[in-house]
Amino acid sequence: MDFLIQLFTDPIAFWSSHTLLISQIGINSILASSLFVVLYSGQLSLAAPGFMAIGAYASVLMDIYWHLPLALAFAAATALAGIVGVVVGLPVLRLRGVFLAIATIGFIEALSLGVILNVPITGEGLGLKNPDADPVSGIYIVLVSTAVIVFLLWRLTKGRLGYAWSAIRQDELAALSQGIDVPRYKLIAFVISAIVAGYAGAAEAHLFFILDPNEYGVPRTVQVLTFAVLGGSGTVLGPVVGALFLTIFPFIFQQAGDYIGVVSGIVLILVIIFRPQGILGRGGFAFVRPRWWPRPPVSAPSTG
Amino acid sequence: MGQQILNAIFIGSIYALFAVGYTLVFGVLDILNLAHSAVFTLAAAVAYTLVVNHGQSFWVACALGIVIAALMGLVIEYLCLRPLRRRRAPPIAALISTIGLALIIVAAIEQGRPGTLFSWLWVDGANPVTMPPGTFPNPTWNVAGLTLEGAKLAVIPISIVLMLILGYVMRFTQVGRGLRAVAENPRAARLMGIDVDRMISLTLVISSALGGLAGILFGVALGDISPYIGRDSVEVRGLAVIVLGGMGSIPGAVLGGYVLGAIEVLAVVLLGSNVRAGVAFAALFLMLVLRPQGLFGAQLRERL
Repeated sequence: MDFLIQLFTDPIAFWSSHTLLISQIGINSILASSLFVVLYSGQLSLAAPGFMAIGAYASVLMDIYWHLPLALAFAAATALAGIVGVVVGLPVLRLRGVFLAIATIGFIEALSLGVILNVPITGEGLGLKNPDADPVSGIYIVLVSTAVIVFLLWRLTKGRLGYAWSAIRQDELAALSQGIDVPRYKLIAFVISAIVAGYAGAAEAHLFFILDPNEYGVPRTVQVLTFAVLGGSGTVLGPVVGALFLTIFPFIFQQAGDYIGVVSGIVLILVIIFRPQGILGRGGFAFVRPRWWPRPPVSAPSTG
Repeated sequence: MGQQILNAIFIGSIYALFAVGYTLVFGVLDILNLAHSAVFTLAAAVAYTLVVNHGQSFWVACALGIVIAALMGLVIEYLCLRPLRRRRAPPIAALISTIGLALIIVAAIEQGRPGTLFSWLWVDGANPVTMPPGTFPNPTWNVAGLTLEGAKLAVIPISIVLMLILGYVMRFTQVGRGLRAVAENPRAARLMGIDVDRMISLTLVISSALGGLAGILFGVALGDISPYIGRDSVEVRGLAVIVLGGMGSIPGAVLGGYVLGAIEVLAVVLLGSNVRAGVAFAALFLMLVLRPQGLFGAQLRERL
């Protein structure tokens, strides 16, 4: 509770004492938005941490070896993530549902365990030092770009592209028969998602003085999936709300102390049971009468 | 080399036993039960605690570990899956609720230290422990330059016999026919008088008991029990195994387990131990892209 009280009574002190948390919220929101794009087009792709790793390592390496200016390094790293997105997306997008999810998990694990841990230039298991990190001004970059990305994605969902994705999500066959070029729109969604995730990686790398290769594995992807689904993947703001909620969760429930993992697991299950469509999804709470609960009395229709 | 082949068969048996439970649930429900690896961890932790902290004999501890794993199957069904089924939630919601349960189990073990709420369950926090030698029979032989450890050798016949029994039950008994009918078409099964909810509960009990047994065998024979064995050793590899074998196919999962064990050991021999995990996932990725129906070529269904 102290956390919320401080937020409302003394926002300036709150800002300075929680900069790391605020930038984390921004990064997580961007990542959740990256997942939103693929979920919105009906694909359960879990590749975000992989593209994030590409963006992070590429931007830092370009900074160290070529001394590129920050904006250029960000742009180049993000573009690289997009290119890898095309290369990975072309073969993978023939798969659907759980198969796509597992294939993308294979991709991120092969990338983090097979490549990053075994190529000398990435610093292998020790992590990559990033001497030019700037946690102070980095936070502004993160917050501004979060807003810009969310706005752009919202515009996209309201356009031709968004309608096509929506149609594909609801019924791929029907979308195909309406003349929508399904593989093309799926690839576009996958690549946009890769670009956003790559940008999140570059932005996050700018905040920390060391890149930890273990950050880009399956636990991260599970976390991001949880943000997106818990928040509700039907609207742009849903995943952002999910990221916000789950990132500040440990601070709201500070009393839970060491048991925060147990408490957050319980809350996660309760939220998803009563709001299967996500926090911002449509409809009210999903209450279902248990079998042992008495039925409400039904009055017989009067025949008089 | 002989030692390596032996290792491949040993670890393959564990993978197979674990993945059979995974694939059983996927075959019947079309849901990935992400709490399966937490049950794997829980059973190993319970067996260890019973022996070391509660002074039970090894065999009692193993039996209780498996019973508790089976009960966790019921918890998964009643807490995470059935409420969502009643609400006709999308399958992705069940993915999140099982993630929540896995979070709770792992966090509870992780926080188990003397004097905490969970000290009855675990007292070693995040540290890996080994079952003390002498608490279980482990005769060791040296034959033709090979070291044969009784505990590791025993894993192989135990898992093979259990998988044969499971295969027999699924193929030739009334219960097995019921399970296969539910997997094929739950609606038609209900019309034929099969209690679908009961069959699903049974599936989760069998699956979790097998997963728990795999955890105990892994923890005892490898001498590595920690809150993270499920997450680090089998969670994603289990996915790889069921994909290699074809999703939902039990013989496929068995074969896939041994294939993955062989691939990993081969990678260690040929390329060194650093790339072991990376190679497995690269294989998984290629498999999905080239032959998504798996080694056994079960019909590929479009579902999420």
